[in-house]
Amino acid sequence: MAVLQPAAPGSRAMTDEERNYMLLQRLRSLIKHAVLIVFGIAFMLPFVWMISSSVKPNIDIFEIPVRLIPKSLRLENYVDATNAIPFWQYLWNSTYYTIFATIGSVLSNTFIAYGFARVRWRGRNVLFIIVIATMMLPFQVRMIPLYILFARIGWLNSFLPLIVPNFFGNAFYIFLMRQFMMTLPKELDDAARIDGASEWGIFWRVAVPLSKPAILTVAIFEIIHTWHDFIGPLVYLRHPTKYTLSIGLRLYFTQYGAEWGLLMAAAAMFTIPMVIFFFFAQRSFIEGITLTGLKG
Amino acid sequence: MFRLKRDPAKQPNSWRTDNLPAWGLFFVAPWIIGFIAFTVYPFFASLYYSFTNFNIINLTPRWVGLDNYVELFTTDPLFWISISNSIRYAALLLVFATIFDIFIAYLLSQDVKFLSIYRTIFFFPVLVPVVAASLTWIWILNPRFGLMNGLLDLFGIKGPNWLASPDTAMYSLIFIGVWGSGRQVIVYLSGFNDIPRQLYEAADIDGASGFQKFWRITLPLLSPQIFFNVVTLIIFSLQSFSEVYIMTQGGPANSTLLYAVNLYNRAFEDYAMGYASALAWIMFLLILGLTLIIFKFLSGKVIYER
Repeated sequence: MAVLQPAAPGSRAMTDEERNYMLLQRLRSLIKHAVLIVFGIAFMLPFVWMISSSVKPNIDIFEIPVRLIPKSLRLENYVDATNAIPFWQYLWNSTYYTIFATIGSVLSNTFIAYGFARVRWRGRNVLFIIVIATMMLPFQVRMIPLYILFARIGWLNSFLPLIVPNFFGNAFYIFLMRQFMMTLPKELDDAARIDGASEWGIFWRVAVPLSKPAILTVAIFEIIHTWHDFIGPLVYLRHPTKYTLSIGLRLYFTQYGAEWGLLMAAAAMFTIPMVIFFFFAQRSFIEGITLTGLKG
Repeated sequence: MFRLKRDPAKQPNSWRTDNLPAWGLFFVAPWIIGFIAFTVYPFFASLYYSFTNFNIINLTPRWVGLDNYVELFTTDPLFWISISNSIRYAALLLVFATIFDIFIAYLLSQDVKFLSIYRTIFFFPVLVPVVAASLTWIWILNPRFGLMNGLLDLFGIKGPNWLASPDTAMYSLIFIGVWGSGRQVIVYLSGFNDIPRQLYEAADIDGASGFQKFWRITLPLLSPQIFFNVVTLIIFSLQSFSEVYIMTQGGPANSTLLYAVNLYNRAFEDYAMGYASALAWIMFLLILGLTLIIFKFLSGKVIYER
């Protein structure tokens, strides 16, 4: 091929052109890595600053010039942070919300997506277009009537308004799982049917086991979404004993505005479960985002 | 051109066309119930409330016709401030995030060593809960003791007041928005990796310049990812709430009062539910209109797998 390629070392003397080409390639690679390293460090700095501030004693927090590596450690910040607010209560509330919202999402969306992907019936495509169209509706339009509805049936200050809707599917997850299920070979269904499996049997024994990657993706997205969720708890959870960490931390900020060490310790304790979680789920997560990005 | 992948949706579906809708409806039933209860009902209730004076005093909504809409367009200065802030925020974030994310994804697509580490780093901000990230950014951007101005000091630059000044608060939010846009890097990266290498080799043989290759090969073949990211970014950034509500509450001097923040204040601080519903409907129509415009003008330019 006519593409310039560096000669294999020792095969023959390099021409000037080839040498220049190699130098250019090296330079390009160097610049590329330098840029990535600089931006990479810049992207991690906020997290580093969070951790660094979280172990600084209060006098060092307000030190000028700023110091990224703390000169003395005060790990008691973490203990104090859990005592300054009902941290463990809020952590439990966040965990509770995350567990049940994720169970609801996984069950309902797998079930619903099967109906859209693997069963053929009249009206399916029209209904699916409606599913997609609901993604266009901003949460703000539904927020006020839902708040009033849940207030009337006495669900405010409970996790029900946050968890129950998850058991009825979510347009984005239905879309994601449907796309995945449609790639499964239909011959499997036919084989199962010949063996006498019912529609339910095909769903449970064929589709669910084969859809594990998509189910995992939905679970991962939902765990991260609920753990981060701010506006939902803000609207529905008004009583301080019901706060999740995302609401609790804010309260803590107003109460201890100057105590940045404690606040950063609390923020770190709120963030670290996600980091650990990502460490284990990284591959499925990246694949999930790639899958959604290829939406046509 | 050759076919890269088969689109499963376009495969001939000859099986089970004669099925009754029963099983399909059985599986889709939870969605239908949820759709009626949590989408259709609130959708129309919200439209109804927007024509009423529903608030903390008038707990039984009374029909006031177009009053809320008239007030919002003619006498409410916060409506126009928040709508222009939101459009500015969405537009600037779109431009900066798209350029930056394509740039980073391009670098990562060039056979980089330690790819998975870099990918994790650029994705990392997405993992930090929005509250934790926002509180950390308040502290980083603290004019006197924060990391940002501390670093600028090292270079002898006197940093601005960031979130505390009406001149820089909006740009600070956009900067933070770009930091948090790692999801898009992953999508662009997958797009770059899908572009067949042979196309570049063929262009090399024809003597194409780097710019020509980018303009004629990379950009068109990346268009599905660009389209997806642009649409989702516009929809999400026009609804942006949490970061801004935590970091600035719309201040200083309403310089970061985004539409969703104004709406939330009206609904849950003033309890002007009728008025806030009118605001929500304007937001919905704005997003719907923008989305339709983007689809009309951009989707024809998107090149999917041939």
